Amino acid sequence: MQRGKGMRFVGDSRISADKTSQVPKDYSEYPGRTEAFWPNFLLKEWLVGAVFLVGFLTATVVAPPPLEGIADPTAAGYIPLPDWYFLFLYQLLKYQFASGDYVLIGILVIPGLAFGALFLAPFLDNGPGRRPPQRPIAVSMMLLALIATIWLTYESAAAVDWEARKEMNKPIPPGETVEIDTSHPGYAHYEANCLACHGESMEGTAAGPTLIGIEYSAEEIADIAVNGTGNMPPGLFTGSDEELEELVDFILSVNEGGE
Amino acid sequence: MIQKIYDWIDDRVDITPIWRDIADHEVPEHVNPAYHFSAFVYCFGGLTFFVVVIQVLSGMFLTMYYVPDIENAWRSVYYLQTQVAHGQIVRGMHHWGASVVIVMLLLHTLRVFFQGAYKKPRELNWMIGVLLFFVMLGLGFTGYLLPWDNKAYFATQVGLQIAEQVPFIGEHLLTLLAGDPNIVGAQTLTRFFAIHVFFLPAALFALLAVHFILIRRQGISGPL
Repeated sequence: MQRGKGMRFVGDSRISADKTSQVPKDYSEYPGRTEAFWPNFLLKEWLVGAVFLVGFLTATVVAPPPLEGIADPTAAGYIPLPDWYFLFLYQLLKYQFASGDYVLIGILVIPGLAFGALFLAPFLDNGPGRRPPQRPIAVSMMLLALIATIWLTYESAAAVDWEARKEMNKPIPPGETVEIDTSHPGYAHYEANCLACHGESMEGTAAGPTLIGIEYSAEEIADIAVNGTGNMPPGLFTGSDEELEELVDFILSVNEGGE
Repeated sequence: MIQKIYDWIDDRVDITPIWRDIADHEVPEHVNPAYHFSAFVYCFGGLTFFVVVIQVLSGMFLTMYYVPDIENAWRSVYYLQTQVAHGQIVRGMHHWGASVVIVMLLLHTLRVFFQGAYKKPRELNWMIGVLLFFVMLGLGFTGYLLPWDNKAYFATQVGLQIAEQVPFIGEHLLTLLAGDPNIVGAQTLTRFFAIHVFFLPAALFALLAVHFILIRRQGISGPL
């Protein structure tokens, strides 16, 4: 390949085929419209970085980092979920050919082949051509792996009810459990209808979220008690309207006391 | 004044060549988005490094409040997030940065792959880059446990069960990571903390240094 001032390059703008010396060349020797890194190009990079940082910080302020309740090893009903970039491996292990007796295929063989091939890509794809059409096998393998990874991640994430998970696992500061007034007329209704899932002191269990720190109005609480919401089926409350009112009053009183 | 201080140091340790080597190089036309907008694909590596810097800085500030202990880890994170001024933003930067760095790393890897930029003479740098990818995934895995909430605890338990199933070394691997062959608890948290804050960053910095030195020696790959 002939370029610039009659120099031959090996797919590189700086390393010529004939000269192996690493001594930097004079700027005039470079082909094309080059630009000095210091300070011209660095200034532009700096500006792009600043814009990126503003966008990143905005996103950070808009979406606070999630935190669930303190780890409770006895919470048997908890469905574990890894961070999103491990979901594809997590999903892979759910398939029959990659779990149970074949679990080694799921945890070692498939990931090992995939990441091993990625690691050794320069030696597996060792032809001289760099353009994708010149190396169809490498490119199509990568595309396949990419599609498989995206698809596995999607499959795994689509099966999760993110809103319900968030609702179920709100953090409650331990040691800050609220005082429950068991003499309140609504407590008896709570005990009869809600306690099994929402816990003895409304702290929540694996079956139902905490009722402390909720931001519902009286009408909404009454509606949820009767009609359910999310994973909560309708018809769990089996009392009269008057009892419902007392129950709602009780739940609200606990929430006011908690603040 | 500054010039005099600089000259005084330069007279003694000859520092000019060190920074001149970093500063004095030409940015070729084909990687400069000012000339070819499509050259923005060359930004992903730099952005990855930029987010790594964000991670290092925000992580340093997080350790000023974080306590790697099962009684207090969650409480310290909760306190940081609800009581400390801007604590939520610092933790948010570290939390979301962990995702952004994976995205940028993936885009950078794909750019290098589809351009075939790993071919001779850059095979070594590609392999170092893949190792960096593994280190970053390790940082993500160990960092996930540190807030010690339910999500962290149970995801780590699954991860450790997977490690245990590795033939021959499975149990030793589990003990190395969790501190105990049966319990995911206090030892696990301190080990993951040590791995996340000392071991993996050390590997990360060493690999990054080699990655960058090789880029400076070999230059950016030429146009397709």
